[in-house]
Amino acid sequence: MADQEKDTAARQGWMGLLARAPEAALMALWDRVEERPAYDWLRPPETGGVMVRGRAGGTGAPFNLGEMTVTRCALALSDGTVGHAYVQGRSRAKAEAAALIDALMQTKAADRIRARVLNPLAAQMAERAESRAARAAATKVEFFTLVRGED
Amino acid sequence: MYVAVKGGERAIENAHAWLAEERRGDTSVDELSLAQIREQLSLAVNRVMAEGSLYDPDLAALAIKQARGDLIEAIFLIRAYRTTLPRFGASGAVDTGAMGCDRRISATFKDAPGGQVLGPTFDYTHRLLDFKLAAEGAVPPAPSAPPRREPTPHITEFLGQEGLIQREPESDAAPRDLTREPLEFPADRALRLQSLARGDEGFVLGMAYSTQRGYARNHAFVGELRIGRVMVEMEVPELGFAIEIGEVELTECETVNQFKGSKTEPPQFTRGYGLVFGQSERKAISMALVDRALRWKELGEDNLGAPAQDEEFVLSHCDNIQATGFLEHIKLPHYVDFQSELELVRKLRREAEERIAHREAAE
Repeated sequence: MADQEKDTAARQGWMGLLARAPEAALMALWDRVEERPAYDWLRPPETGGVMVRGRAGGTGAPFNLGEMTVTRCALALSDGTVGHAYVQGRSRAKAEAAALIDALMQTKAADRIRARVLNPLAAQMAERAESRAARAAATKVEFFTLVRGED
Repeated sequence: MYVAVKGGERAIENAHAWLAEERRGDTSVDELSLAQIREQLSLAVNRVMAEGSLYDPDLAALAIKQARGDLIEAIFLIRAYRTTLPRFGASGAVDTGAMGCDRRISATFKDAPGGQVLGPTFDYTHRLLDFKLAAEGAVPPAPSAPPRREPTPHITEFLGQEGLIQREPESDAAPRDLTREPLEFPADRALRLQSLARGDEGFVLGMAYSTQRGYARNHAFVGELRIGRVMVEMEVPELGFAIEIGEVELTECETVNQFKGSKTEPPQFTRGYGLVFGQSERKAISMALVDRALRWKELGEDNLGAPAQDEEFVLSHCDNIQATGFLEHIKLPHYVDFQSELELVRKLRREAEERIAHREAAE
């Protein structure tokens, strides 16, 4: 049971990374992977909307903020391993790559895919986020108090 | 007699061909790419996403190009597109407390944990035209400093700890959705927030401004304004667990408002809330002020008859696509309608003239 939870957490991790990844960054890394396993579509790529919700006051009751575009698909490798993708945006190619990677991550190829695609992708995305956070930090106001009057 | 009038097909076709040519403009000037619009007119892109109610920067850039920069027309295109999308589901509520903030300021607490982070703001610029931008040139990289790694707490949490601000009732109830059912009154707060989030920035700004000028004044302070990115998570039935499906940029504004207390509530601060796609802070602040004004009934305040307190008025008129659709349809052919109006006016005049003639004959 604990193992299954760990597996689910790991899978949530890579599926989330692939969903958020900029298409160009993902495809550049994926294109360098030679192994392209044969697969059958269980559900060919389809673009739709997901209603994004917020909370009143940030913490209260949910409300519908607006939709975002998402493309999803599902496929099965010839050994029966099923890969799913729900990725942000409208790119079928990105969804296909994400589903194939999701499937391969459940096979013996996992370590290779992690090293060649997921880790560098995560590093690129972390670097981008870090560089924004660093710019934000530089705009933090440092207050100082002026001493006025006699004492 | 009803006469069907046909024709105009060729005129329409030619008008659209000319529109395409005018859209392109002078061909000796480079054509705009969608990437240029997305990257360099990003606040226009944000507005189209917010009011089009669809987060997709590339689509918003396309809509702006197609609409020749007419943002309401672009929003119209996005609204039309989104109706063609199958709905995969709804996300979990985004956690704005975990936002990676580009900007985070408070007008109420100078020394709030996390500090006052200005971000890429127009504030404190002199609003003088910068002619350097008329020439192309590289921009020097912005300075950086050691980044904050922990999440930035919401300011209202601190007031909440002392019980000085009204608590938001916690709930996970699925909210009503005005894109799925017609808006009916009274609307609950979730519907009001949805409607304001996609409402016209100018209209919501005007309503908010009216409260500041005294039409249901509610003494708002910007407790906190934050802009940054949050994860969007959705439960996926075929997987049996939730996954992140993307990341969106949001602007959130929480206002802290005076409240004298009522029969059931002690004196405390109350809140107004604004949440908008993209970097859209004028809209987020406006939304928070109008949200607060519309809460008069649940807070036991008096209805002062102010426009911003009237949810039927605000919510029925804040949608610029509904408004422009109805407004602009009156320029389309109404020949038959007008013919009957003309007949009616002629008839009324004839009757009036006959009445006068009749009275004169009697005298």
